[in-house]
Amino acid sequence: MSKKRKLGRGVAIVGAGMSNFGMFPDKDSKDVFAEAFSEMLANVDKGCDPADIQAAWIGNFSNDFFVHQAHWGPIIADLAGLAPKAVTRTEGACASSTLAMRDGLMAIASGMYDIVLAGGVEEMSKCSTEEVTEGLALATSPYEGAAGYTFPGVFGALATAYFHKYGAGREDLMNITIKSHENAPLNPKGQFKQTIRDLMEARKARLEKKGQPVPDWADEKAALWDPGFNPAVAWPMHLYDCCPISDGASCILMVAEDLAKNFTDNPIHIVGFGQGSGRGLHACPSLTSFEANKQAAVEAYGTSGLSPKDIQFAEVHDCFSIAELIHIEDLGFFEAGEGYKAIANGETRREGRMPINTSGGLKCKGHPVGATGTAQMFEIWKQLRGEAGERQIPGRDLYIGATQNLGGTGGTCTFTIFERR
Amino acid sequence: MEERPFSDISYRLYLDEDKFMGSKCRKCGQLYVPPRHFCLECRSEDMEWYEMKGEGELAAYTCISIGPAFMIEEGYDRKNPYCTGVVTLAEGPRIVARIEGVDASDPEAIKIGTPMTVEFLHRGEGEKAKTFLAFRPS
Repeated sequence: MSKKRKLGRGVAIVGAGMSNFGMFPDKDSKDVFAEAFSEMLANVDKGCDPADIQAAWIGNFSNDFFVHQAHWGPIIADLAGLAPKAVTRTEGACASSTLAMRDGLMAIASGMYDIVLAGGVEEMSKCSTEEVTEGLALATSPYEGAAGYTFPGVFGALATAYFHKYGAGREDLMNITIKSHENAPLNPKGQFKQTIRDLMEARKARLEKKGQPVPDWADEKAALWDPGFNPAVAWPMHLYDCCPISDGASCILMVAEDLAKNFTDNPIHIVGFGQGSGRGLHACPSLTSFEANKQAAVEAYGTSGLSPKDIQFAEVHDCFSIAELIHIEDLGFFEAGEGYKAIANGETRREGRMPINTSGGLKCKGHPVGATGTAQMFEIWKQLRGEAGERQIPGRDLYIGATQNLGGTGGTCTFTIFERR
Repeated sequence: MEERPFSDISYRLYLDEDKFMGSKCRKCGQLYVPPRHFCLECRSEDMEWYEMKGEGELAAYTCISIGPAFMIEEGYDRKNPYCTGVVTLAEGPRIVARIEGVDASDPEAIKIGTPMTVEFLHRGEGEKAKTFLAFRPS
C-alpha cells in the first residue's frame, strides 16, 4: 500500500476563496457560497471565465438537518452559473469539502476534465446549540451514540486516554487554545478575533458592569481553569477546547498542471493526497491515535515522495484541542507522546519550528463543517504565496504546506500536501 | 445457542435479556463484540454466539455536562453530569458503555485501570423501553 503512486497527470490550484466565517442570521448558504466563489474568481491572477469551469464538487455534511434542504449540487450549479454542467455534493462529515477536492483531483488526473471547482458550504447557526449537537452526533459511530456520547464526549475520552498514557493534562491542551487565539486577531475572515487576554478583559468588564465580583486571574491559564470562564462540556473538554457553531463557504479552482500558466504564474500544486477510514472507539487499534490519519499519511507521503520533515507548516483539524495534538503526532510532525511538549515549547506557534493553524484553526476561524477542508486549503494558498498579511509565517521561504481534515470522530481523515515550485 | 443473526439488532435484544453477547469465529477463535457477521481475521462466516464475562477495566472516559435528549430526559445536565467510557474486556476486545457508580461531578477522581463489572440499565416503558450497556467499579 505504501508503494509510490503518481497521479496520471499533475493538478494545481490556481484560485481560492473563502467567505467570512461566523453566525449570520441574515445570510443563507447561497449567500456565503457566492462570497467565496466571487473571491476565488478575483484571486485568479490572470483571470478565469467561469464558463470554462467544466464540473464542480461541493462538500456539505448536513444542511438537510440544519436548514431542511438537501441536494446542494444543483443549487450551487445554478448559483455559480455552472448549470447544466455536473455539480456533485460530497459528504464525509467535517471532511466533506476535502472529499470534493479529492473527486476533482481524480477527475483531472484521469483526463476526464481540465478545469474544475471544489468547495464546501454549511449553514449551522439557525439551529439551537442542542439541535447542532444532535445534528453533529449523527456522525459518531452508532455504538457511541447509544452509550450517551456526544461529539465532545468522544474527544474527551480520547483526551483521558492520552493523559493517562503520556502524563499530559488539561494545561497542555490550554497551550493549544492560547496559541490558536494568538493567531485569531490576524485573520480578518475568522469568527473570533480576540486573544484569550482580550476575552478575559471583556468578561471582567461585563461582570463589573453587572456589579458582580470581578475575578483577578494571574494569566490565561488561570482564567481557563476557572469554570465561570471556561465551563465543562464533556470533561476534560471545556468550552475553550471546542470549536464554535458557524456558517460559511470556501472553494478552490483546480486545473491540469500543464494549463496552470494560463491562470497564474504562481500556482500551488497538489503533490500528495491520502484518505483513510476509522472505526469506533471500541474497534480502533489505539485510543491515542486515529487509524484513518495513519492511512492518509502513508498515502500522501507515498504519492508525494515527501516525509514529515519536509512539511514546513500545516492546517490541522482542531475541532477539539486534543484532536490537534493527536494529528500532529499521527502525521509524524512530532513523535507520539512528544507533541504536547513541543506545543509547550512554542514550536507550533507562527514563529515556531512547525507552525500549526496560522488561520486560528477551527477553534477561532470557525467550523462550518462542509466548508472547512477547502478553507484550510485557502490558508495554505495564502501562506505559500506570501499573501497571508499580518499572519504570514515570518522569516522563511515557504514552499511546502499541508492540510489534515477529519470527519466525524475520526471515521474519515484526509491528509493533503501542497507545493509552490 | 439459538439461531439469531449476528447483528446489532440481536445484540440489543440480548442486552434486553441481561446478556452481553459477542460473536466468535469457529475457525480461528477470534472474538467480536458487538458481533460481526464474518471474521475479519480469516474471513470465515462460521460464527457462534459467545457470552462475555462482563469483567474488564476502564480504558478511557468522559463526564458529559451537555448530553443528548435521551440523557437529559434521564435528568442529566450541567449540574448533574454523567460518565460514559471505554472498557477493555477481560477477553481482550474493548467496548463503549455508560459508567455507573462513579461521581461524574468529580472526574479527576475517576481512574483509568479501575476494574469494572457489567450492568444492564433498563430505561423507559413499553415501546420506549431500552437497555443500556453499563459498567461499574467491581
